[in-house]
Amino acid sequence: MKDHTTARMIKDKVFRATVILLACFSMLPLLLILYFITRNGIAVINWEFLSQLPRPIGEDGGGVFNAIVGTAILIILSSILSIPFGITTGIYLSEKSDGKIAHIVRLCVVVLQGTPSIVIGIVAYLWVVAPFHSFSAISGGVALSIMMLPVIIKATEETLKLMPYHLKEASLALGVPYHKTILKVILPTGINGILTGILLSLARITGETAPLLFTAFGNQFMNWNLFKPIDSLPYRIFYYAMSPYPEWHAFAWGASFMLVAVVLGFNLIARGVAAKWKVQF
Amino acid sequence: MTEMCSVNGIGMQDINEKTETADMTAKNTMDKSEQRFGKVLLLAAVFVVVLLLAILATLVAASIPAIKAFGLTFFWGTTWDAAAEKFGALPFLAGTLITSFLATLICIPFSIAISIFLGEYFKEGVFSAFLRSSVEVLAGIPSVIYGLWGLFLLMPIMRAIEMYLGVTPHGVGLLTSALILAIMIIPFSASIGREVITLVPGDLKEAAFSLGATRFEVIRNVIIPYARSGIIAGILLSLGRAIGETMAVTMLIGNSNFIPTGIFDPSNTMASVIANEFAEATGITAASLIYVALVLFLVTTVVNIVGTYVIKKVALEASKEVT
Amino acid sequence: MESTVLKVSDFSAYFGDSQILKNINLETDSNFVTTLMGPSGCGKTTLIRCVNRMHELIPGARVTGKMYLKNDDIYGMEPIVLRRKIGMVFQKPNPFPMMSIYDNVIAGYKLNGIRFPRDELDNIVERSLMGAALWDEVKDSLHRKGTFLSGGQQQRLCIARALAMNPEILLLDEPTSALDPKSTSAIEELIVELKKSVTMLLVTHNIAQAARVSDYTAFIYLGELVEFGPTDKMFTVPKDKRTEEYLTGKFG
Ligand SMILES: Nc1ncnc2c1ncn2[C@@H]1O[C@H](COP(=O)(O)OP(=O)(O)O)[C@@H](O)[C@H]1O
Ligand SMILES: [Mg+2]
Repeated sequence: MKDHTTARMIKDKVFRATVILLACFSMLPLLLILYFITRNGIAVINWEFLSQLPRPIGEDGGGVFNAIVGTAILIILSSILSIPFGITTGIYLSEKSDGKIAHIVRLCVVVLQGTPSIVIGIVAYLWVVAPFHSFSAISGGVALSIMMLPVIIKATEETLKLMPYHLKEASLALGVPYHKTILKVILPTGINGILTGILLSLARITGETAPLLFTAFGNQFMNWNLFKPIDSLPYRIFYYAMSPYPEWHAFAWGASFMLVAVVLGFNLIARGVAAKWKVQF
Repeated sequence: MTEMCSVNGIGMQDINEKTETADMTAKNTMDKSEQRFGKVLLLAAVFVVVLLLAILATLVAASIPAIKAFGLTFFWGTTWDAAAEKFGALPFLAGTLITSFLATLICIPFSIAISIFLGEYFKEGVFSAFLRSSVEVLAGIPSVIYGLWGLFLLMPIMRAIEMYLGVTPHGVGLLTSALILAIMIIPFSASIGREVITLVPGDLKEAAFSLGATRFEVIRNVIIPYARSGIIAGILLSLGRAIGETMAVTMLIGNSNFIPTGIFDPSNTMASVIANEFAEATGITAASLIYVALVLFLVTTVVNIVGTYVIKKVALEASKEVT
Repeated sequence: MESTVLKVSDFSAYFGDSQILKNINLETDSNFVTTLMGPSGCGKTTLIRCVNRMHELIPGARVTGKMYLKNDDIYGMEPIVLRRKIGMVFQKPNPFPMMSIYDNVIAGYKLNGIRFPRDELDNIVERSLMGAALWDEVKDSLHRKGTFLSGGQQQRLCIARALAMNPEILLLDEPTSALDPKSTSAIEELIVELKKSVTMLLVTHNIAQAARVSDYTAFIYLGELVEFGPTDKMFTVPKDKRTEEYLTGKFG
């Protein structure tokens, strides 16, 4: 009996050690990635890198200003396209929680969320690029907005569902009509959750490359025309990474550093918003 | 309807009258705006359904030339030749299956370890906060950066290993892609795993402890069996991710359209062949690529619906357990 | 045949910095039911969980002082060895939902990796379910999952699970607080019956229950053991004013 107990305790310890070891070991890639990005990225980043356009190979210097602007434009475009729809659908789902339509919509949201980004890229190509015969910022915005949509819908629905029922009752009891209750009482109370969802969806799409390959495409020049191809940070990283030139590889790291900073920034702000703007009941 | 604000200096009678008339006129307009509000909500919700159906319809419509030309032989055709206009997707199906299953296999021990670490051993404290935020950061890094990193760290390492083993040192290929995929899906499946593990009711664990079980025995005999379907669903969802993952794989798989014969061979997945070839494709080539996209869409849809359904059921049962 | 089963001496328990139990001294004799009684939050659960060292599973929890199980120092033993000798029944019935009724009863052996021949296991299951007065109700569905049982039956299944290990003492933490009156009286009857074979430490905040089933009662108030003695004596002539106030319903 005694030996049996010892064996069990040893097994327990061994298992625990294995779990800790494996868990820590899986952090190794993260450390390595962050190390590579920081080491190779910071070396490239300076004012010129941020403010200049790409130069052809052979010419020194240049930067990724067009990609930064392009990413910003794409973010704005896809936000405009997706946020109103996302929030409205989220309200519908939280209000008509048990309806038949709500169940179907929820299923669609799950499917949309899991749809590979490359497929969405193709669809945006067929919808926008093919008819207009040109890659364009708009088509990129359409692709990215489809990717944002499920995240925003889910965040809105889940936030609003957590609102205590007495809040709604209080407002309705004052004679405030239903739609105003939703828009002026429920929605503002849950604004932190919705904003968090939007920020997380932005974090998700900012780094997306696949849906842009055949939509926004890429553009080594500055472009403000929404109907023309536009550059973006992830696309630039891809383009530079696949090139054979070490100078461009360095630029890819620089752009990666910025992209990671932006994505993590969105995540951090989302956390801050979630914590700070939370309405206490 | 806003007269109520100017109460000052008006007799009670006035207020009553005023609100009454306001009510009367408001009634109609309000009913209307109420209806309009309901309609807008419904419209937005229906739009999502329409959007998804439109995606499906578009993919089907655009791949019709390829479906007509190749039908189901598409799935076992082994040559993909744009010049000869002969398209079979088996190489990509194989590439997708091999990379994603291999990635999932590699991912399982690590993600389960992280789930147990965060869900059972270190539920709070600095250690767990550190691991949890690391996992979140790992999940947030864009795919293209995983690809870039893979090109500069993983590829040389794989090349060295391949030289050592005496196989053609491509550096890129199925195994390299599977490794990067594994790294990418670990955070995802770990976070689902952690969630389902924390759903295991505490009183069951206590019951097991009170009978003299070690923590390992509690994990093996109570936590894992209880959380099993959730963990499996999490792994399934991760598999779905791996199947659809594009950029990192595109950068590391070697872009070869032949059936792979070994684990180190360059290959293509469904997603990567689209990424590599669609921009330049026209006619039947484009239709064939869209056909591939359609298959990819259907496969990931099924995987996602099943996985999500199981997880929802698990969470529902756990919430019943609590009340 | 009377002998001390559990001895608690100068025992204190803490959650972080807050002291929950203050210098408890207590002895329970074999084949008696001892009740821990007191208002909610006074530390009954904490005390009972210290006996089988479940208390220390909570981060930040610690104890000082001594406890002995039949002369063995409880805090000098391996917890997993100790817990096998001490049975515990929880406030809410908690049979393992992924195991059959049969497997639930022998869960202690299964979890501990102790193997028995099949017929011996059958024996243990039958004996334990008989002991928990559940045998007749479940003997035909032993291999079904226990989730279809009523709350009271589930609780008796948990008692059977504890009895299967032949515990030297059985800890019951408000075992009837989640049950309806009928199931409650069934469990109370069971406790009285079980007294013949096993020593019990019962937590309750139900005064009537303490009076019905227990031989000794310990009254705990704000983490202190206020009074300890034979139940009938304490209930008729309480020595401490606080005990009297509690018994007459002045607080709690
Ligand atoms: N996990 C815990 N962490 C901190 N304090 C706790 C914890 N559990 C219980 N307590 C505190 O310990 C005291 C005693 O609790 P408990 O033993 O459960 O009381 P009882 O069972 O008599 O109702 C209470 O004041 C409670 O707030
Ligand atoms: Mg208690």
